[in-house]
Amino acid sequence: MATLETRDLHTHFGSVRAVDGVDLDVKNGEFIVLLGASGSGKTTLMRTIAGLEKPTSGEVYIGGRLANRLPPKTRNIAMVFQSYALYPHKTAYKNIAFPLQALRMPADKIRSRVTWAASLLSITHLLDRKPRALSGGERQRVALARALVREPAIFLMDEPLSNLDAKLRHSARRELKRLHRETGVTTIYVTHDQVEAMGLGERVAVMNAGRIEQIGAPLDIYRNPVNTFVAQFMGSPPMNLVLRSGTLIGFHAEDFFPRGRGPDYGDMEQLTFRVVQVEELGSEVLVYGYVAEDEREPPREVLATLPTALVSGYIAEGAEYPFEVPRHAIRRFDPATGLGKD
Amino acid sequence: MEDRTRVKQAGWRAATYAGIGLFTLFSAMPFYVMLITAFKRESDLYDPQNNPFWFTEPPTMANLDLLFGNTKFLTWLFNSFLIGALVVVITLVLVIPAAYSLARLAGRWGETLGIGIFLTYLVPPTLLFLPFAKVMAALGLQNSVWALIVAYPTFTVPFCTWLMLGFFKAIPRDIEEQAMIDGYGRLGAFIHAVLPLAIPGILTVIVFAFTLSTSEFIYALAFVQNSVEKTVSIGVPTELVRGDVFRWGSLLAGALLASIPVSILYTLFIDQFVAGLTALAK
Repeated sequence: MATLETRDLHTHFGSVRAVDGVDLDVKNGEFIVLLGASGSGKTTLMRTIAGLEKPTSGEVYIGGRLANRLPPKTRNIAMVFQSYALYPHKTAYKNIAFPLQALRMPADKIRSRVTWAASLLSITHLLDRKPRALSGGERQRVALARALVREPAIFLMDEPLSNLDAKLRHSARRELKRLHRETGVTTIYVTHDQVEAMGLGERVAVMNAGRIEQIGAPLDIYRNPVNTFVAQFMGSPPMNLVLRSGTLIGFHAEDFFPRGRGPDYGDMEQLTFRVVQVEELGSEVLVYGYVAEDEREPPREVLATLPTALVSGYIAEGAEYPFEVPRHAIRRFDPATGLGKD
Repeated sequence: MEDRTRVKQAGWRAATYAGIGLFTLFSAMPFYVMLITAFKRESDLYDPQNNPFWFTEPPTMANLDLLFGNTKFLTWLFNSFLIGALVVVITLVLVIPAAYSLARLAGRWGETLGIGIFLTYLVPPTLLFLPFAKVMAALGLQNSVWALIVAYPTFTVPFCTWLMLGFFKAIPRDIEEQAMIDGYGRLGAFIHAVLPLAIPGILTVIVFAFTLSTSEFIYALAFVQNSVEKTVSIGVPTELVRGDVFRWGSLLAGALLASIPVSILYTLFIDQFVAGLTALAK
């Protein structure tokens, strides 16, 4: 286990500034998620931390020690690639044992470590198989076991769930959280999926164009995005943005209610909602439309997610309704810079 | 319904076996002709009334006596294998690092350079043997197997570099980087993670380099005149054809004996080779 710091870290490829000045502080044992769209620099940042890319400038400290000049093998990190990168010519057992063999650990010690990692991930029965005889989920577990087996200082994961189907992804997410609780290894997790970021991260760093736009607890970022980029990126669905009296106001779909039908917070902002489409999903209803007060040309679509019981039979497509948002749930942004105003 | 599918399956199977049978006949025919001619008397061979596929006169050992008694056939065989083996070693030593660097380190230039190197393979030996003869003379290697050991890598290396380039490119970079994170340097990662996956490619290179150098004719003809320095591919046609006299029996006996070890080598490799290729594809 170790801390990780980066100081004004830059990694450029020619004129492309893939990582463009990142300051990151990861506490011992923390689970931090780097969230961003493809091309935002999150994978390059992780590869720079791993030592697979040389930083153009800036420093990387692992456990307080400057690691810039250390090759990947001496950084005591483990990494799970998106492709899992299992050695196809080795059995699952030999794949997991590989990092220990590199350390020239005695064979009986290797056996006990591999058994420990395999039982932690419940893959003991798969150890004799080669990767091509394993399913996607099983490969992912072997890759995780291989990463855990040498007790790394830092655990790096590059979208490890993106090759799994939706159902498996859900259970794998819970499993990752359990593993982190049990091992307590400092973990840096790269993803473009906000649901993974919200569910897994103790803290989330939202990345854009090689920089960290905002870093903090997931719910805090969700509720108080520092700018419109983060507001639009974090959360599913993203925050609604409406231009009103020269200010962009942002609010989440679940805070947008028909007047008098939602919880009464007293201090409400009133808006007229022109409904375009209604989707009834069972437990909730998605209502798409436009806010009449939106001064943008053309106005941007706004979404309300409402409990079915609240609006059943009340909302019709093509009609206008008075809606309201509690003022405490509203964030204000400067429409020119996109930066938050409060 | 079931009967019809069964008939259909039987038909397919029959067609498959017929195809395989024809192909086997096609491949085995040259061996059969070589084998039978090796034991035929000249009078039997040259009489157009006789069945060419069987003995009309009793078989004879005279052809083999001539081959082993009056020529340096065993020396030629040894020379061919020595040259083949050394050329394979030289080719592997040069090709593996070259192809790996072109595949990994040189970026987009790698492929262009690889194709450039391959193009030199297309310059025919008929054009090159004249300047090469001068080079060999300058090196003092004329009339020696060493001239061939030096000359043959000039065509095996370009071709095999291009071949290995493709194999190395097919190995995901992730696997190598994973090995570097798992505790190896670039060389260690190469040896432990890349090389085992490149085995089908290495086998292909061995087979190609060996075949190309044992069957080469022009350089061997141009650089070697001394009988004890000759290879099979040049010794058999030069010493068993005198003027317009063809010693067919001994000639084909020599060809047969030289081709048996090569076919065994191929048969041994082909399984590993296909297994390796399919493993890589998954």
